[in-house]
Amino acid sequence: MTGGYIAQQIANGFVLGSMYALVAIGFSMIYGIIRLINFAHGDIVMMGAFITLGLFQTLGIPFPVVAVAVLIFGGGIGILIERGTFRPIRGAPQVTGFIASLGVSIMLQNLGIMLLTAQPRNFAFPDYLQKVVKIGSVSFRTVDGVIMVGAFCLMALLMGLVYRTKIGMAMRATAENIDMARLMGININRTIMAAFAMGSALAGIAGLMWGGKFGQIDPLLGFVPGLKSFVAAVIGGVGSIPGAILGGYILGLSEVLFVGLLPPEYSAFRDAFVFLTLILILLVLPNGIFGKRIEDRP
Amino acid sequence: MLKIEEIHVYRGRTYVLQGVSLEVQAGEIVALIGANGAGKTTLLRTVSGLLRPKTGSILFQPAHDSTQIDISHASPERIVELGISHCPEGRGIFSRLSVKENLMIGAYLRTDKDEIINDHEKVCRIFPILKDRGEQAAGSLSGGEQEMLAIGRALMSRPKLLILDEPSLGLGPIVVENLFQVLSEINSRGVTMLLVEQNAVLALELAHRAYVLEVGCVALSGKSRDLAGNEKVQIAYMGGIA
Repeated sequence: MTGGYIAQQIANGFVLGSMYALVAIGFSMIYGIIRLINFAHGDIVMMGAFITLGLFQTLGIPFPVVAVAVLIFGGGIGILIERGTFRPIRGAPQVTGFIASLGVSIMLQNLGIMLLTAQPRNFAFPDYLQKVVKIGSVSFRTVDGVIMVGAFCLMALLMGLVYRTKIGMAMRATAENIDMARLMGININRTIMAAFAMGSALAGIAGLMWGGKFGQIDPLLGFVPGLKSFVAAVIGGVGSIPGAILGGYILGLSEVLFVGLLPPEYSAFRDAFVFLTLILILLVLPNGIFGKRIEDRP
Repeated sequence: MLKIEEIHVYRGRTYVLQGVSLEVQAGEIVALIGANGAGKTTLLRTVSGLLRPKTGSILFQPAHDSTQIDISHASPERIVELGISHCPEGRGIFSRLSVKENLMIGAYLRTDKDEIINDHEKVCRIFPILKDRGEQAAGSLSGGEQEMLAIGRALMSRPKLLILDEPSLGLGPIVVENLFQVLSEINSRGVTMLLVEQNAVLALELAHRAYVLEVGCVALSGKSRDLAGNEKVQIAYMGGIA
């Protein structure tokens, strides 16, 4: 096992981690603002992948335009889900939202199967995104670079929105105390919608990346990245955006290193390993890495 | 400025306010005293729109020359916009936001940037600690500092009417005395106040008029001076001090 091989694995881990991080952010934002674990979040990844397929391969729209369109589409789906499902049950016990989100998830998956059939489809990016580039002993496809840089830029943009703008401040305030936010004059329907839109836009674009990375998509593909990104969000401390990002990278890296460094017969257990990582981290840090809240003094 | 007429308010199935009427004139400080569970906080939350009365009206007149508006079914956002700012019990500061962000969010609905900066400086002159701790997470402030922050934040919306729910809760006597001094100053600059306070002695000292709430009804009302001299009030709420 050479240094080059390990460097290669680390690079792969960052690519996978970038996608987990993008999806985990949405989990964390939505949980943070309305305390809802949105199990339909992973299915937005799937829808992003299919929209990419439709726009890019079927209609032949240029890649950068597709990327922007998928962001907007993902955000739109998030808004629709919030308006249609979660707003009507706002104020209901947590478990209601949890079950509703499972319902939305199953509905989206089955809608996908009805409209698109369960047959996996090839998802081929054009040659310029498939080109292999070598940096030292680490080789990349261009799409890997696009994933890493794209995810980084989007996360930076999101952090800027959340921590430097007025709507971001309103979102953080709403996440902390909805009644108080309303007493400040904040329209909480708008801030909740903004959180869904931003989180879901990132999930949609993660779908584009997922398809580009693995080359095959089907209507049930959202389940596994959804579940793992949820784990990533919990590892980072659910509710915390920096936590979700860190959790995503930790999970991506450890998963790839597990498969890459241990003998091949263990690689079938990669998903078990992901959850083992979760359990170990939660044993040491029950609130996740950034989940520690600042205590209110009485 | 504020005229509450015969409101009946339920919280879930509990019949909390059973026909309460109350009035606050422009420039006044009005105190609301009463035992736990009498409905004081419910009354304030109804005024600021977090609860809705079943029947009755709440009329608000933001300025002398403006018309009265019935706010009993308006949203909290709209009520803030009209000029009522509510400092809730337990302060309700955003502990993960910085002190400065907390103040800025008080001015959330305002768009006059220069004036907001001016008002921020004014608030920091009233409570210098809020300037020194500007970048700190608000949750790291002491109880008294948090109360100052909550009041400062409420002032940032330039309220016509400031609603205060138990500002003295959990604070030491010296801090409370200073705080009430500041409240009196803020009032003399033209901010009308409606105040709920457990500490009836202090409340009656600060307020011009007061209402005594007992199990959802107004039991007594009048000038603070008169109420402070009332034997029943003294025994029930002032620890029997003459």
